[in-house]
Amino acid sequence: MNHYPEVWGRPRDDIYGPYNSSYLQTTGPKTHTQSPAVTGTSVIAVKFNGGVAIAADNLASYGSLARFTDVKRLRVFGDSAVVGFSGDVSDMQYIDRLLESLDIRENYSTHGNMMNAKNLHTYLSKVLYKRRSEFNPLWNHILVAGFDEDKKPFLSSADLLGTTYSAPHLATGFGAHLAIPILRRLFPEEKPLEEISKGEAEAALRECLKVLWYRDARSLDKYSIAVITAEGVEIKEDQVIEAQSWAFAESIRGYGAQVN
Amino acid sequence: MMSFMGHQPQSQAVGYTFSQPTNAPNKEHSFYPYTDNGGSTLGITGADFAILAGDTRSVAGYNINSRYAPKVFKIGGDDDTGEGAHIILSVVGFAADGQALKERLDAVVKMYKYQHGKPMSVRACAQRLSTILYQKRFFPYYVHAILAGLDEEGKGALYSYDPVGSYEREQCRAAGSAASLIMPFLDNQVNFKNQYIPSSGDGHALEPKKPEPLPRETVEQLVRDAFTSAVERHIEVGDGLQMMVITQNGIEEIYTPLKKD
Amino acid sequence: MTGFDFSNYNRNAALHAKGVPLPKATSTGTTIVGCIFDNGVVIAADTRATSGPIVADKNCEKLHYISPKIWCAGAGTAADTEFTTALISSNVELHSLSTGRDPRVITCMTMLKQHLFRYQGHIGAYLVVAGVDPTGTGLYTVHAHGSTDKLPYVTMGSGSLAAMSVFESTWKANLNREEAVELCAEAIKAGIFNDLGSGSNVDVCVIEKDKPTQLLRNYIKPNERGEKERNYRFPRGTTAYLNQKVISKEDMRKYVTVEEVSGDPNLMEVDS
Repeated sequence: MNHYPEVWGRPRDDIYGPYNSSYLQTTGPKTHTQSPAVTGTSVIAVKFNGGVAIAADNLASYGSLARFTDVKRLRVFGDSAVVGFSGDVSDMQYIDRLLESLDIRENYSTHGNMMNAKNLHTYLSKVLYKRRSEFNPLWNHILVAGFDEDKKPFLSSADLLGTTYSAPHLATGFGAHLAIPILRRLFPEEKPLEEISKGEAEAALRECLKVLWYRDARSLDKYSIAVITAEGVEIKEDQVIEAQSWAFAESIRGYGAQVN
Repeated sequence: MMSFMGHQPQSQAVGYTFSQPTNAPNKEHSFYPYTDNGGSTLGITGADFAILAGDTRSVAGYNINSRYAPKVFKIGGDDDTGEGAHIILSVVGFAADGQALKERLDAVVKMYKYQHGKPMSVRACAQRLSTILYQKRFFPYYVHAILAGLDEEGKGALYSYDPVGSYEREQCRAAGSAASLIMPFLDNQVNFKNQYIPSSGDGHALEPKKPEPLPRETVEQLVRDAFTSAVERHIEVGDGLQMMVITQNGIEEIYTPLKKD
Repeated sequence: MTGFDFSNYNRNAALHAKGVPLPKATSTGTTIVGCIFDNGVVIAADTRATSGPIVADKNCEKLHYISPKIWCAGAGTAADTEFTTALISSNVELHSLSTGRDPRVITCMTMLKQHLFRYQGHIGAYLVVAGVDPTGTGLYTVHAHGSTDKLPYVTMGSGSLAAMSVFESTWKANLNREEAVELCAEAIKAGIFNDLGSGSNVDVCVIEKDKPTQLLRNYIKPNERGEKERNYRFPRGTTAYLNQKVISKEDMRKYVTVEEVSGDPNLMEVDS
């Protein structure tokens, strides 16, 4: 016992060691999600005559480790909208929870579910922009696919900074480098949407995913693809990349002088 | 053994402190809340009109996000069609801030009309935009804005802004990534800088060519030439040119394709 | 004296430490590709050179001569690709003269990688080396740090991913000459239109067995500038000046001496 009242009733330093103050709340900047941990790679999407097709592989990486190989990164909202997520998976699950409560609210409201993909994109982009403005970003780049209020195909993107843009074909992450050139070549911007069929769009996305599988080290050959038309959302979550071409590999010998 | 002799600071006696240790190095923020989406905008006024123009390319690094992402907006009109608007705004820089700024100003102009029963004057709108920008002085909207409309006398009015709200009424202004390429061209072709009237005098007596408001046709040609030239020499400018011409008859929108490389 | 001059190194390091930025080098932002076909190899490049976001040259040449049947496509720092290929070209020529044999692609590639490795990446040359020699067809990439790759189709530069997406989705084995040229041109076009560092025209070089090499300069020109809408000719006297001095052709005459030359003017002094 000593005569310092503030230490009375506390573990004694000379027996238990000093208190580790690093467990206390600090007043410094928030360190939550200042960098992503478990992440998803590209999401790719393309508009066609009467709808939108969107795809993403089923991998969640932990740095360079392929950590989870059965993660669905496409989320259906209502009956004609799909959100594709790349970036941090925990933030994706948080947004998923937001969307869940939003959906419930919409369904319980007297006007019924009125949210179309365009409204959904506006909502999500505002969430992302607000969080970046608080220096506490949701580390995602998302694509929203579906229809606008005039029932026209809608496809738009929003990223962790709240930046939004739309185009007939969009891709996040590595897809912006590898898939977009393929999609722009197949479906030039000036080509009217009416000349792009659902089958062509779907096939193009599968082709892009194959190229991403060849060249993106954080990708997987198992993927999900959703096709949104006036009839609704047709989503397939256990697709496998087929007809891969590795024949050329046999002829490769070394990187220089080696011949056999 | 506890010493009762020395005068210990309290925290040392307790063995911990609630205050942040000062010797700990400040953690660096790895998150940077801005990006540059590239592109360029340009505005020119005439006697009874004003033109705002911008390319439609949106950029991220060496990638093209979209070949059609407008930078020029109608302010205070219908949400979908823009009908009823009498002010136009162009924003270039960080697109998310540009979008937020445009929506803020749009709401302000609409509220003004609901509350006062008359449309907001361009002069008032220009002052309000400056205030909006300065309100975020220490976390700025990272954009160069240009506002255009017709003033009380029906003359073309153009206001240009820096990201934190400093503004000025001008005859012409280029902003964005190719501003340094376009602005000297405008100085020369709109304000006739460095142009003198041939054989009007010797040495310092030579008379400068006086600027005067240009006809609309000429201005449209200058805008298109400015952009096709900027496309040649700046990698972030291209894809399309969106022009909005504001006259007493309303706002006319003209789209011209640009090179896509 | 041979090699680089390092005498300003300490001064520049001190300046840099004080905050003086390094001078900006012209870079060939670039898409370059190469592809082997049944009778040879094709390489291709775009023609845009950039300095930051500014286009420095709208129609530069990125296909460099090494020897009649070995050519190089260069990305990275323009000066480095230019001088490195010129140096190796000279050495390949000397080597071929001393051995009395046609130069080989692998020799050129090895000289390049050893030269670049010695400079630890400070020579910013990223190259696609291609050619035909007595041992067959060769196609390699050489990175600035000295690593190399040997593949049936290759891409490099800032547009390498855009170009590679074309190869990965449309390449097949045993291409013929026309197919290879078209494929390479398509790959470069993907770079031109999707990568901001690449632009303007497509240059192609076809190197074929038992045929002269063909350099197809501006094989495709998909980005020609349209007519300007206004005329920007100023009337004479628009620019202000404080004084003038007119020098006539007759005044110039007195500085010129004319000398008659005899013999073949095409011969150099050393050729005598």
